[in-house]
Amino acid sequence: MKKFLTLVMGLWFCTSTFAQTDKGKVDTTALNMDAVYNRPFLSFDKLPVALGGYLEANSSYFGSDGLSEGLSFQIPRLTIFISSTIAERIKFLTEIELEEGGAEIAIEFAAFDIEFHPMLNFRGGVIMNPIGAFNQNHDGPKWEFINRPIASTTIIPSTWSNVGFGIYGKTAKNSWAFAYEAYLTNGFDGSIIGSAENRTWLPQSKANKERFEESSNGVAWLTLKTAIKNFKYGEIGFSWMGGVYNKFEEDGLQLDERRRLDIFAIDFNGKLPFSRTKLIGEYTWANIDVPATFSQQFGNRQRGGFIDIVHPILNQRILDWDNSTLNLALRLEYVDYNKGSFRETGGNIFDHTYSIVPAVSFRPSPQTVLRLNYRMDWTRDILGNPSVKTVGLQFGFSTYF
Amino acid sequence: MLKSRLILTAAVLCCFIVACDELIPPAPEENELLDGPVEGLSNEENLQFLLGDIAFNDEVFTPETGLGPFFVAASCGSCHIGDGKGHPFTTLTRFGQAAPGMNPFSNNGGPQLQNRAIPGHVPEELPAGVVFSRITPPANTGLGFLEALTDAQLLSNADPNDLDGDGISGVPNYVTAPDYFVPQPHHQELNGQYIGRFGKKAAAVNLLHQTVNAYKQDMGITSEFDSEEPSIYNKPNQAPDNVEDPEVASSTVRNLVFYLRTLKAPIQRNETDEDIIRGKQLFTQAQCSSCHTPQWTTPVSDVAALSNKTFFPYTDLLLHDMGSGLDDGYTEGSALTSEWRTPPLWGLGLSENSQGGQIFLMHDGRATSIRQAIAMHGGEAENSRNQFTNLSAEDQEKLIAFLRSL
Repeated sequence: MKKFLTLVMGLWFCTSTFAQTDKGKVDTTALNMDAVYNRPFLSFDKLPVALGGYLEANSSYFGSDGLSEGLSFQIPRLTIFISSTIAERIKFLTEIELEEGGAEIAIEFAAFDIEFHPMLNFRGGVIMNPIGAFNQNHDGPKWEFINRPIASTTIIPSTWSNVGFGIYGKTAKNSWAFAYEAYLTNGFDGSIIGSAENRTWLPQSKANKERFEESSNGVAWLTLKTAIKNFKYGEIGFSWMGGVYNKFEEDGLQLDERRRLDIFAIDFNGKLPFSRTKLIGEYTWANIDVPATFSQQFGNRQRGGFIDIVHPILNQRILDWDNSTLNLALRLEYVDYNKGSFRETGGNIFDHTYSIVPAVSFRPSPQTVLRLNYRMDWTRDILGNPSVKTVGLQFGFSTYF
Repeated sequence: MLKSRLILTAAVLCCFIVACDELIPPAPEENELLDGPVEGLSNEENLQFLLGDIAFNDEVFTPETGLGPFFVAASCGSCHIGDGKGHPFTTLTRFGQAAPGMNPFSNNGGPQLQNRAIPGHVPEELPAGVVFSRITPPANTGLGFLEALTDAQLLSNADPNDLDGDGISGVPNYVTAPDYFVPQPHHQELNGQYIGRFGKKAAAVNLLHQTVNAYKQDMGITSEFDSEEPSIYNKPNQAPDNVEDPEVASSTVRNLVFYLRTLKAPIQRNETDEDIIRGKQLFTQAQCSSCHTPQWTTPVSDVAALSNKTFFPYTDLLLHDMGSGLDDGYTEGSALTSEWRTPPLWGLGLSENSQGGQIFLMHDGRATSIRQAIAMHGGEAENSRNQFTNLSAEDQEKLIAFLRSL
C-alpha cells in the first residue's frame, strides 16, 4: 500500500512538472458508454500517458430510533486514471481505486481498445460490464449525491468489473446517436446466496479475488447493452447481463444444477424539455435461481432503482469562480431485495428500503462538487415489521484532479 | 447581494448541521420495545450484553462459516426479529417422540427436522408416519428473570394430583440435562434429571442448554458444548460440512447467553386504564392466572440487576394438559403429548411488531388472534375458556385489551 502510494505520488510529481494540457472539458455529446474516457485528463509532452483521477471525502451524521453513532468522517475512494494512446485508434486506460482510505485497492478497469470501424471496436482486459448506466459512469464528481444509488451498488454491484473481451460501436446522425456493447467476461459465484448479509447479495462476489484469475464455473457471462441518444433530450439504455453463477460441477462430477442469474436494467439521462432540470435514473431487475430448499430469506427476485432530479438555481460567477453552479437536487430511490410471498402464509415478503435525499451542491468548476445531502431511509425487514427510519446529514466533496 | 445570499445560505446550513441531534428520529417509548438490556448492568456487563447482541442479531452463518449443511435459519435474529416471537416461515418441526422418555429418533434425525439445506444438499424429510409438532419461535425477553427462579419456587405451584381440586394440576418437565450443565444450588435433581423451563415443552434446563441446542438444531453450528452436527434421518453416513469444529467460539456462546439473560422484561402499557384494570380482574376471575402466574420475585443472582426483582411474566413455567385439540402426539422429556408449558404472556401486545403486522399464537402459530388462541384452550384450561366465552362481549374486549397491554 505504502509502495503503491509512493509510486503514484512519485509519478504524479514527475509528470506534473511537464503538464501541458488540461483536457478539463467533458464531452457533452458523449453517450454513457463513453464515460470511461469522458473524464478530465492531464497529458504531457514527454510521456505517452495521460493522468487523471478523483478524490472524495465526506462527513456523516446518521441516526435512527433515537440512537446515533455520532459524527464520522470518511474517505470513500481515491481513484487514479492512466490512459495512453498507443497508436491511432489503439488506446489503453486503467482505473485504480483505493477505497476506504486504502483498505481495499481494486483495478476497476484496465482495458485495451482498438477501433476497426466506429461501429466495430474491440475491447479486452478488465472491463466494467455495461449493465445500467451507473456501473460505467460512477465517478463521484459527476454526481450531486454523496452516497451511491442503493440499487446500483447492491443489486448491480457497482463498480462491477471483470476480465473479458467484447465489441462495441457507436454511430450518430443528425441529432441522434446509437450505440451497442457486447462482452463475454467471468461472472458471479455461489457466494451471492451464502452471504452474511442474510439476503441474496450480489456484491458478495466482489470478495472473490479469483474472479480476475478464473471463472468460478467455466461458463462465460454475457453482457449486452444498447442505447439511443437524442442530443437535445437525452439518452436511454437497455442492458442485460446473465449467466450461470454457481459451481455446478468439478472434475467432471456434478455438484448441483446450473443456476442462473439474470440482471436487466433500463437507464436514462437527459433534460426536461424547456428547462435546465436534469433527470438521471436507472431501474434494475434481477432474477436469481435460488434452490427451493434454501432459505426464503435469500430472495430470487430483486428490484430497485433511483431517479435524480438536478436543477441549477445559479449558474454564474460566484466568489470569483467563473462558471460556478449552485444546484438543488432530489434523489428518490427504492430497493427490494426479496420480491415474493412466503410459502407458509402467502403473505408478502418485504426486505426493502425507500429513500428520499434532498441535496444542495455547489460546483465552483464542473470538475469539483461540494455536496450537502439530507438523507431519509425507511427500511422494512423481511417480515414487514414497522419500518425503521434512518435520517442523516452528509457533507462532503468530490473532485477530479 | 449575491454575497449576502450565500452567507445567509451558509449560516442556515451551519445551523442545520449544529442541530444534528434534532434530526434523529425519536426513540420509541421504552414500553413499545422488546429489546434492550435490564436496568442496572455494570459497564462490564453492558459490554458483554453488546457482544451477545452482535452474536444474536448480527452474526449470520454462511456455508463458509459452518451453516448447515442442514439447517432451519442462518442466524438467531432470523427467527427472533426484534427479540420477539417468530413467524411461520421460521417455524421448527420436532418429531419422533410419542411418549415420555427418550426420543427414538435422537440418533437418526431427531428431535428436529432440518428442512433447509445449503446448495448441493437435499434437506431432511420427516420419516413416514412419524409424530411431530411445529414450533413457532418464542420471544426472548425477560428470560434471565425466569432462569433466576429457583426450582423450589416453581415446585410451589405444582399440583400434579390436583389436591386443591381446581381442575388445574401443573407439573414440571424433568429432563436429562446435557453433560455441560452445571447444577446451581437452586436446581433440584430427581432421579438424575432436572426441571426444564425453556421451550414450548420446557425441555431445556437453562439458557445455555437452549442456546447450544439452537446453534446445533436450528443452524447446524457446532460448539465446544456440542461438537456434533445434527443427525439427519436416514443419512447415517452424511458427511458434515467442511468447516473446522467448533464452528462458534465458546466465548461467543457465553456472550449470547448473557445477552438473553439480561434482555429486559417487557413493560406493560396503559396499566392504569380502567378497561385494562377491569380486564385484569376478569383474567383473574376466569382463573387464567392459575397457570399464567402474574408475578414472581427473583432470589439473589450473580447478576445484580437480576437480584431480588419482582417481575410479571404471566407463566408458572409448568406443564399443563391443554386438551386433545392441542395434542399433536409429539412430546419431549417427561411431558405428555397433550401437555405444554404455560407460555409467558408478557410482550403479547407487541407480538405483531415482530411477526410482520400479524400475530401467530399458540405453540405452532395456528391462532391468528388472541380470541382464537383463547378458544383453542382445552384440557385444564377448558374452564377458563368457558368463563371467557360466557363473558359479555364488552367484558371479553376488556380482557383482551388487558392481554394486549402486556
